[in-house]
Amino acid sequence: MIEFAMHHAWLVPLLPAVAFVIIVFLTRPWPRLSSAVSIAFMLASFVTAALAAYGVFTDPHFKHHPLIYTVRWFGMQGLNIDVGIYLDPSSAMMIFMVSLVALLVQIYSTGYMKGDPGYSVFFSYLSLFAASMLGMVLSSNLLQMFVFWELVGLCSYLLIGFYSFKISAREAAKKAFITTRVADFGLLLGILAVQIIFGTLNFDELTQMAPNFENYTTAGMMTLIAVLLFIGPVGKSGQFPLHVWLPDAMEGPTPVSALIHAATMVVAGVYLVGRNMFLFAEVESALYLVAVTGAFTAFFAATIAVTQREIKRILAYSTVSQLGYMMLALGVGSLTASFFHLWTHAFFKALMFLAAGSVLHALHHKADVWEMGGLIKKMPITGWTFVIGGLAIAGIPPFAGFWSKDEILLAAYQSGHYFLFLLASITAFLTAFYMWRMIFLAFFGEEKPENHPHESPANMTVPLVVLAVLAAVGGLIGTPSTPLWQQWIYYGHPHHIEPNVIIMLSSIALAAAGIGLAYLLYVRDKEKTNAKDLARRFQPVYKLLYNKYYIDEMYQWFTRVVVDGSARITYLFDIYVVDGIVNGSAAITKGLGSVMRYFQTGKVQTYALVFYMAVLVITVVLAFTDASSSVLVMGGAE
Amino acid sequence: MTGISVIHYVLLSAALFSVGLFGALVKRNAISVLICIELMLNAVNINLVAFNRYVTPETFVGQLFSIFVITVAAAEVGVGLAIIIAIFRNRLSVNLDDFNWLKW
Repeated sequence: MIEFAMHHAWLVPLLPAVAFVIIVFLTRPWPRLSSAVSIAFMLASFVTAALAAYGVFTDPHFKHHPLIYTVRWFGMQGLNIDVGIYLDPSSAMMIFMVSLVALLVQIYSTGYMKGDPGYSVFFSYLSLFAASMLGMVLSSNLLQMFVFWELVGLCSYLLIGFYSFKISAREAAKKAFITTRVADFGLLLGILAVQIIFGTLNFDELTQMAPNFENYTTAGMMTLIAVLLFIGPVGKSGQFPLHVWLPDAMEGPTPVSALIHAATMVVAGVYLVGRNMFLFAEVESALYLVAVTGAFTAFFAATIAVTQREIKRILAYSTVSQLGYMMLALGVGSLTASFFHLWTHAFFKALMFLAAGSVLHALHHKADVWEMGGLIKKMPITGWTFVIGGLAIAGIPPFAGFWSKDEILLAAYQSGHYFLFLLASITAFLTAFYMWRMIFLAFFGEEKPENHPHESPANMTVPLVVLAVLAAVGGLIGTPSTPLWQQWIYYGHPHHIEPNVIIMLSSIALAAAGIGLAYLLYVRDKEKTNAKDLARRFQPVYKLLYNKYYIDEMYQWFTRVVVDGSARITYLFDIYVVDGIVNGSAAITKGLGSVMRYFQTGKVQTYALVFYMAVLVITVVLAFTDASSSVLVMGGAE
Repeated sequence: MTGISVIHYVLLSAALFSVGLFGALVKRNAISVLICIELMLNAVNINLVAFNRYVTPETFVGQLFSIFVITVAAAEVGVGLAIIIAIFRNRLSVNLDDFNWLKW
């Protein structure tokens, strides 16, 4: 059974894809049936993934010898592209996590999307997304990965714009697609460069070749490849400066935000960098770029999240910030820490998004946390699971986030990038603060009389509980005393864990301080006067953060002035130069014609005369220029 | 036949050709023009036969060729006269100056 699952891991992405086809072509008119098909296939996919993962994680052989099955997709001289599966501990972990979260989100959606006219379509999109994401994770080469990478982008676009009657949803969908497409162009260039230089895109061959890259190219070129490959993840994983689409993506239905824009798709970038670690590891400067981008994004997004008011927007910036953490970990060379955080983050962030969806469901899509309050009494399951998520992301032991975040801080500290470590630590404090600001405002304090919340149905709360359990215990597989994770998922050789008590205590202290500050400002202080006072005292800073550093405005300015300006210039060039040449040549022909037509007398005899004269002229010219003709005309050869 | 050499034939043919050309270019009557064209063709025939006689007497390519020219000329006159009759029925004129519909 396990053997079968491992050797047929291609079933994992295929099953949801089949569900997509069935829903689109057969069961679309029957919403309940569509969701049942979707969930059944997802469950089968999850079981296969779990068995395959179990198989991988019970045989240490796979640590260094991934299970690879490929078939030739197309080939010609110098360009052979395979498709296949690449099963190693990292991808086994990913397929397990993705199929699990996707399954839970689909179950949750049966409650959340109830009565929606696009119910069947929604499930077909979710299935297609799961298929694409699982396919990407299992890809055995870069091109296959790119194809699935674009497919998840497409699903993201479709699902963000799911409420297409809303103008904001349409705009957000376009923004997400265009922003990530811009980044994907960099990725595509990187893939092309890899193909040109190494002559293959297969991960197993590249892994062999990368350490001896001097045989193929220069260090500069290698850095360029790494940077180009990194541009794709910058877009997909919402790193600065291409993070702008992710908060807007919250226009989509909340289960989508949980599945795609928190737990799975956005970590595709992290996964891609991790998968290509053999390339990045060869070039110090590219790794450093990854680390700096990650650390800056983590800090930057956390500061924005502090002032936001909408529940999903806060979570979105928190996602951007946590993705920054994962990038930072990769940048300091710790695949272990990065993927560990990816794993724990998937559970607690999916949990918080789904809980937020439950809140929005109860409050009829009132999103401002300042208008909530005291929800925990009416919605105990949602509230308490959210609290568990909050503890996990803030980094309170023994919840999952603590272990992974500690691992990242430790890796940053040990790599010697003390400034990045400092930035990450401040971010940890900010994370605890803004998360608990939201929790205190929404779930504690006084109830607002105008709200009539009610607990969500069981098909929504059960996934919450499952995720809450995972968010609580998911990190226990990677603690200093039980370092299972560190023994399985690493790059190069196992990550030596030397628990640093000072870092551990300081990160707990920072998290506790963040939660404490939030408590003082938003619970103790009933009227929130201090919080408002602070906002007023630091008005410019507050406004800057509330408006997200005006990044969107800058992009708009750039589009309006630079892009539209250059478009204007090329427009004028087209009108006056290109069209000028085309119309000008037509005008010249017309003018010449109007003069030349007077030579057409219409009299046959005139034509005959011209013809005769021409023959004469040709004869005379030939007689004086061409030797053989001159003999013919003038005579005297022989 | 002494005294008559190829040069005399060529001169005759050139004269005939020139008369024909002149007529074809200046005559107003379409039928005259057709006759002048026949003159030019026959000037060529004289050339062909004469050169055959003096240059390659053992073959008779020139005579054969001139028979072709005569045949084609007969056909050409047939077509030309038919066109002229058609135009005359239409315009009641055989004056070439009236036939200028091909102009701009």
